Amino acid sequence: MAESSDVKVLGSWPSPFVLRARIALHLKSVNYEYVEENLESKSELLLKSNPVHKKVPVLLHGGNSISESLIIVQYIEEVWSSAAPSILPSNPYERAISRFWAAYVDDKWFNALRATLLAEGEEAKKAALAQVEEGLALFEEEYEKLSKGKPFFGGDEIGYLDIAIGCFLVWIQVIEKFSEMKLIDEANTPRLFQWADGFSSHVAVKDVLPDVEALAQFGLKLRAKFLKTPQ
Amino acid sequence: MEKSDVKVKVLGSWSSPFVLRARIALNIKSVNYEFLQERLWEGKSELLLKSNPVHKKIPVLIHGEQPICESLIIVQYIDEAWSSGPSILPSDPYERATARFWAAYLDEKWFPSMRSVGIAQGDDAKKAAIAQVEEGLALLEEAFAKCSKGKAFFGGDQIGFLDISFGSFLGWLRVTEKMSETKLLSEAKTPALLSWAHKFCSHPAVKDVMPDTEKLAEFSKTILARFRGAAPPKS
Repeated sequence: MAESSDVKVLGSWPSPFVLRARIALHLKSVNYEYVEENLESKSELLLKSNPVHKKVPVLLHGGNSISESLIIVQYIEEVWSSAAPSILPSNPYERAISRFWAAYVDDKWFNALRATLLAEGEEAKKAALAQVEEGLALFEEEYEKLSKGKPFFGGDEIGYLDIAIGCFLVWIQVIEKFSEMKLIDEANTPRLFQWADGFSSHVAVKDVLPDVEALAQFGLKLRAKFLKTPQ
Repeated sequence: MEKSDVKVKVLGSWSSPFVLRARIALNIKSVNYEFLQERLWEGKSELLLKSNPVHKKIPVLIHGEQPICESLIIVQYIDEAWSSGPSILPSDPYERATARFWAAYLDEKWFPSMRSVGIAQGDDAKKAAIAQVEEGLALLEEAFAKCSKGKAFFGGDQIGFLDISFGSFLGWLRVTEKMSETKLLSEAKTPALLSWAHKFCSHPAVKDVMPDTEKLAEFSKTILARFRGAAPPKS
């Protein structure tokens, strides 16, 4: 097992992407040092480790720095390949499906989530919320296919797609709070509702999820800042 | 023998760099496949809509009955499903992460900046767009030195994931150079990439599927006309 000084995560507590890296490390029982970055004043280490994007998360392992959350998760899976559980399925087609939906989350669904928080005007917000719900409906369907009756997308244990989607659960709660509507609930998304509960209370997840009140406050600040800045 | 009797199809278009990725990967693995050219202006085929209902985009790889979508995911699938052929991803986890990082950069940042050159209206806009593309190429020139370690390709002696991800854009890069009358890859600024590009395009897994620059340039004029005129082109 790696010494904790060997493995560092540069992160920021509101970031769902940082959560992905942390959850993956927890799943593999890897000790690491977590470094909270001030994104308004990025550290030398962050700028040096991720010069191209200057973003969190960054995983530092031995002399290597790895950026981009899904790439980090795959790296963790491959380095600590002998540690159970496996994060990706072993079957190539199932792996492709997990990757497909994780890419959908990042390429399409995340923008809608972000827009619900940052959109100007009711119309734009409504449109964004509708897109978020569309995504959730797709996830509800995929969950049925992929979980095959087990608690997670990954089956018995949390896997790649659980991590990719689950990292947004507290943000979803914040959006539900602001928009005064339920996005994941027993009526519309019964399976996701149960899955969300299982995911959030999982030992690899529960201690790193941000507090919903704190995240809501952060969300308000983010929105205020975003709307003031010329686009 | 891996599923050699199972049919492999690629739904795509000769002009798409993303489709090219799938084809090159299959060629590396010596996998026979049927290429189904999507009609360009008459609407998407039933098979495409059924196989990729979420995005309705090419490429789609159909292996037996199973559709796989998204070009980089397809390439990784091909590497994993035909595991006895030459490896496409490196074996070292950090090198894999590096290859994936740059492939993601290409798709999210660099290719859009190259497309902007074609769309840019006016000299200033064009200059700014070109500067962005060149900035990216400078990063990739550096990345090439680190990844190739003195060998011919990002993947070393053989073409790999990053070669495919980047190389698939060379046709469009050449079109952009032609239309903007600028050399994007040059001896002066990107000597290693210039040499790599030549080797990549002459590679047996690539040369028969890389689209001809002239043909692509003509096609690009058609798209641009439609983009500026009527409905937006199929991506």
